[in-house]
Amino acid sequence: MKRAAPLLLVLCGAGCGGSQSVAGRDGVQGALIGGLFDVFLWTTAAVYLFVLAYLALALVRGRRHRRDRAGAQGEPAAQAERIWHIGLIAFAGATALILAGLTVATWLTDRALAEAGDAAPLEIEVIGHQWWWEVRYQDPVASRIVRTANELHLPAGRAAHITLKSTDVIHSLWIPNLAGKQDLIPGRIADLSLHPLRTGVFRAQCAEFCGLQHARMALDVTVETPAEFARWYDAQLVPPPAPTGGAALAGFALFQNRQCASCHAVAGTPASGMVAPDLSHVASRRTIAAGTLPTTRDNLMAWVADPQAVKPGNNMPKVPLTEAELAALGAYLETLK
Amino acid sequence: MTAKKKKPREYLRDGPDFTGAPLHEKLSETWRDGPGLIGWIKSVDHKSIGKRYLVTAMVFLALGGVLAALMRLQLSGAEQEIIGPDRYNQIFTMHGTTMMFLFAVPVMDAMAIYLVPLMLGTRNTAFPRLNAFSYWMYLAGGSLLWVAFVLNIGPDAGWFSYTPLSGPEYSLGKRIDVWAQMVTFTEVAALAVAVSLTATILKKRAPGMTLARMPIFVWSILVVSLMVIFSMPSVATASGMLLSDRLVGTQFYNSYEYGDSLLWQHLFWFFGHPEVYIIFLPAAGFVSEIVQAYTGRRTFGYTAIVLALCATGLLAFGLWVHHMFTTGLPRLGYAFYTAASMAVAIPAGIQIFCWIATIWTGRPRFMVPLLWVIGFIVTFVIGGLSGVMLASVPLDLQVHDTYFVVAHFHYVLIGGAVFPLLGAITYWFPKFAGRLMSERLGRIGFWLSFLSFHATFFPMHIVGLQGMPRRVYTYPAGMGWETFNLISSIGAVVFAASVALFAVNMLLSLRKGERAADNPWGAPGLEWATASPPAPYNFAHIPIVADNSPLWNEERPVAYGLRVEDREMIVTTAVEAWPDVREPSPEPTAWPLIAALATTVLFVASIFTPWALVIGAPPVAAALVAWFWPKRHHEGEPVIE
Repeated sequence: MKRAAPLLLVLCGAGCGGSQSVAGRDGVQGALIGGLFDVFLWTTAAVYLFVLAYLALALVRGRRHRRDRAGAQGEPAAQAERIWHIGLIAFAGATALILAGLTVATWLTDRALAEAGDAAPLEIEVIGHQWWWEVRYQDPVASRIVRTANELHLPAGRAAHITLKSTDVIHSLWIPNLAGKQDLIPGRIADLSLHPLRTGVFRAQCAEFCGLQHARMALDVTVETPAEFARWYDAQLVPPPAPTGGAALAGFALFQNRQCASCHAVAGTPASGMVAPDLSHVASRRTIAAGTLPTTRDNLMAWVADPQAVKPGNNMPKVPLTEAELAALGAYLETLK
Repeated sequence: MTAKKKKPREYLRDGPDFTGAPLHEKLSETWRDGPGLIGWIKSVDHKSIGKRYLVTAMVFLALGGVLAALMRLQLSGAEQEIIGPDRYNQIFTMHGTTMMFLFAVPVMDAMAIYLVPLMLGTRNTAFPRLNAFSYWMYLAGGSLLWVAFVLNIGPDAGWFSYTPLSGPEYSLGKRIDVWAQMVTFTEVAALAVAVSLTATILKKRAPGMTLARMPIFVWSILVVSLMVIFSMPSVATASGMLLSDRLVGTQFYNSYEYGDSLLWQHLFWFFGHPEVYIIFLPAAGFVSEIVQAYTGRRTFGYTAIVLALCATGLLAFGLWVHHMFTTGLPRLGYAFYTAASMAVAIPAGIQIFCWIATIWTGRPRFMVPLLWVIGFIVTFVIGGLSGVMLASVPLDLQVHDTYFVVAHFHYVLIGGAVFPLLGAITYWFPKFAGRLMSERLGRIGFWLSFLSFHATFFPMHIVGLQGMPRRVYTYPAGMGWETFNLISSIGAVVFAASVALFAVNMLLSLRKGERAADNPWGAPGLEWATASPPAPYNFAHIPIVADNSPLWNEERPVAYGLRVEDREMIVTTAVEAWPDVREPSPEPTAWPLIAALATTVLFVASIFTPWALVIGAPPVAAALVAWFWPKRHHEGEPVIE
């Protein structure tokens, strides 16, 4: 699998919103699981080759028997049969031993995963919605809590402890480069430990079927240096700059006075809806609509113009807007960095 | 009870001096179905019902296959919008539901209903009317699902229908109710068959066929029938609770009202995992039968294989949590399920060893059924080994709900069950139809299927590891998934064509195939002692069995003395198969169909109103009363030694 990684990078061209592969092994957990995968892959491959060789020999032997003893019926002599019985017992025993070995390897890895936490991890809460991710960075100081959506920034080299909740149906958070997946189940609280080792841009995607737009429920994951992460975090704490210029100001007014503000929040403004993604810094995110489109002004406008055309069935209604209003909203949204 | 004692009547019975053509004529008259459509409807003959089941299951296979082709069309490239999310979600739900509930389990039932009485040397199943009822219920359930799909009320929450997505709040309309009620239909059908087959296997064996002399296929059906009896009630409960959550506002799965959505997963997988072995074990039984017929020796390791079947049946009930490794249950609990899931590879390995040993020490004739068996071994072992990976919690955390799992279970279900099934159909086709299937078309079909299967499903392992989740109607470009998906889609088209070729071969051979002798392969099982196709009464004289390859013996002893002008069957003891009593076997009747219709009205109406249970019950009760109305039948008689 390690050898597969460069191949994946080649296949993953420029349009790729980040790597999304088990082969990445960019986190402590992912690497542990990757190591176990290697053990399983080579063991099962060896077993498979053995079975194939045994089958091939049997076909050759059987064909020869057919030629030599045409017409004869019944079993080989009792003594020959006894050898086969010993063979069967040996085979079953070997199978059991190999499986026991793999089971113990599993338990050891599982224990290592359980112990991979950190004394002072970054505390994050991820809440699944149909069909987007709400992300909160927890902090004892209320003013240092960061709320964002559809993106996860993590510092390399530091553990993150993620608390998982769902408001509607079951979702599953899976960042294959960093770790295995964990379901978000309504009425239950689950958690997931991450410990990124390297910086990188990754893509995560909901892994449990959650309804109509399960396919378009992605999460952009950015692992950066601690300094970069701190910069990003501090920027999130500051409300976006007040809009300047005619179009952006008009867009701001539309955002506050039309339907937008009843669902979406923008820090530092009256807009404080909680049922849809927080848009305070939407223009700084890589993608919009949970990984559906790259963040550009045109895409923002296309999305607002008719969300149902882009992501049919999602919960954002189509708001009737004129061309000019749309352009104004686009100009405003673009300032939310 | 009348005081007057009746004069004992002399009944016409078969015997050494009553045999051949005159006996054939009399027995045929007693056992054959009535003429015309009415006779067809009233049939309780296991062969008629088995064939009906088989044809219906093949139709559902074709329908499910069309859905698979549609999905592969949609996924052949990135960002395709040929099929929208709503339709796509219905399609993958229908594909899984159809293949699991309406094809895989019923097709195994079909083969068992047809073959088991022949293999046991008897004239019909126990409870033949229950079999007839089962078929009508299956047909009604399958029709309900497909009519709903055509009307755009097909279920769309996956074949596993996880709550709360399938609950009243997130699945409006009747789509999920249709699904849940279809499950009820197929449960009733499967339970009816399971009860009938269990009783048949335990009580209707030919004299002398002790448990240890039963064909391995019959063993597999016994294990599977018991598994059905223990696992189906779980999903019946689950789907009943889901319906009542949706229809009358109970809160079984609502965690905000002290219910639990994980309850659904436990109940569903407590059925769902055994279900996989319910499909696989009969296939393993096919393999054992085919291997011995084409190698000219008894399957090596009879005892080991039978024990492996039983062990699989037991372990199957201790694995269900491996479908729930990502739900956050306690880790220590997971450790047990990892160990149990690994352990199930041991009996599978034992069987593989024995089959290959049989080929090694026998004199294999590489005809089409044996080719399917070899293709099965090569394919199924990959599925088994990827299953070992999935049993490991950490690995499952990565690959769960990805295309890796899709690859795994298609290797296990197609490679492990459909390949042997196609081999088995080719092998027993002369018994079904009286003609042989074309060897040439069979060979072409096998190689086409084998190669295109791997082209379709092997790449899915890789895209799964590259992070592609299951059940997505589209995927973004640039993830490195396009090439593999395109290969899968091309493979799927060829695979579909190869299965169609198999069907064409069946249809052509039905009309133009070479006429088959009674035992064209020189196989040892009792089913080959009957004519091809068997006479309505199967055996003119009931065979007596002295070992587990009766047709390879010089002597073929038979028992005499069953009535000829009444439907009478011999009942033997459960373990040693000593003749016990002679028992009347039910006559043809339309009541199972009428009862099934009444039950169908009740089930379908209960999708719309709970009152259907009350109003719909009396017709069902009336039909059952008529069905079981005591007849002036003779009592069972002791066997005259």
